[in-house]
Amino acid sequence: MDSHMLDGNAVAGLLQEVFALEMTTAIGTCGGCGAREPIGAVRVFRGAGVVLRCPHCDHTLATIVRTAGDIRISLAGVRTLEIST
Amino acid sequence: MAGAALLGRLTWQPAEVADVVTETPRTKTLVFEVPGWPGHRAGQHVDVRLTAEDGYQAERSYSIASAPDGSRLELTVERLDDGEVSPYLTDELRPGDRIELRGPIGGYFVWELSVGGPVLLVAGGSGIVPLMAMIRTRIAAGSGTEMRLLFSSRSWDDVIYRDELERLAGDAGLVVTHTLTRSQPPGWTGYARRVDAEILREVGPRADERPHVYVCGPTPFVEAVAEALVQLGHEPRMIKTERFGATGG
Repeated sequence: MDSHMLDGNAVAGLLQEVFALEMTTAIGTCGGCGAREPIGAVRVFRGAGVVLRCPHCDHTLATIVRTAGDIRISLAGVRTLEIST
Repeated sequence: MAGAALLGRLTWQPAEVADVVTETPRTKTLVFEVPGWPGHRAGQHVDVRLTAEDGYQAERSYSIASAPDGSRLELTVERLDDGEVSPYLTDELRPGDRIELRGPIGGYFVWELSVGGPVLLVAGGSGIVPLMAMIRTRIAAGSGTEMRLLFSSRSWDDVIYRDELERLAGDAGLVVTHTLTRSQPPGWTGYARRVDAEILREVGPRADERPHVYVCGPTPFVEAVAEALVQLGHEPRMIKTERFGATGG
């Protein structure tokens, strides 16, 4: 267990900044194990950037790095993202 | 879903301190007046931004403690000794001071009347804050939704919102159970250990009553409680969790 671990709720503001949508209720499908979970329930680790990991298989779903001028997002580990409209 | 309320970029807005209330030796409630506040749902949070004179900025997230109430907004903040933001918020802010905040944020860890019950709330320390917003929302609406709170604190003096919870515990359908993990007052007959499966089973509701469960606290607390709930037969998708990190503050 990592005491620095948080969950998707902790990056709701950052995600809303990027997507202009409430994202914690969006359902992500893990590109590793195929599990479907609301973004609010995924694991979040903070370091130089933010890493979102699957709570079931620990696969890296997404990374978000903010620099002075931009925000870089990798969604390479997410198969699909379902956003309720 | 609430449609348009979910859309749009977040913008920083000024908030003026209307009042500061001491809750425990380590926590204070900051009452803000936020002109044009769009309202919020219980369980949502705000991001708070402080700007130093030299332009340095620090941001933290804090759960909203109050039920929706016009332009009033309450945050309860625990002072972390090595924190960068919380000591300023708890020690320095006075009525009339201004900070910036943005929100409301979040939609996953949210309870509202339409979700219904029964509801089980499990709080560790300052993890009570978003759960208190749920209790206050229920009370403000005069709802009879069955709600049980299991609240783990270090000692009786560390119980945030203690007097209000004592008062509310008489309300029909609202059951409050404390466990005090580090020290107990003389004559204490309640739980005196960390939350485990046995306490959760005794507090209820049973898994077959399909309660909506909200767990909030430090990461190890949340992990242990969620695991015990699953062990008792609660469906993982009925258990919503919010973890407080050891970082930041």
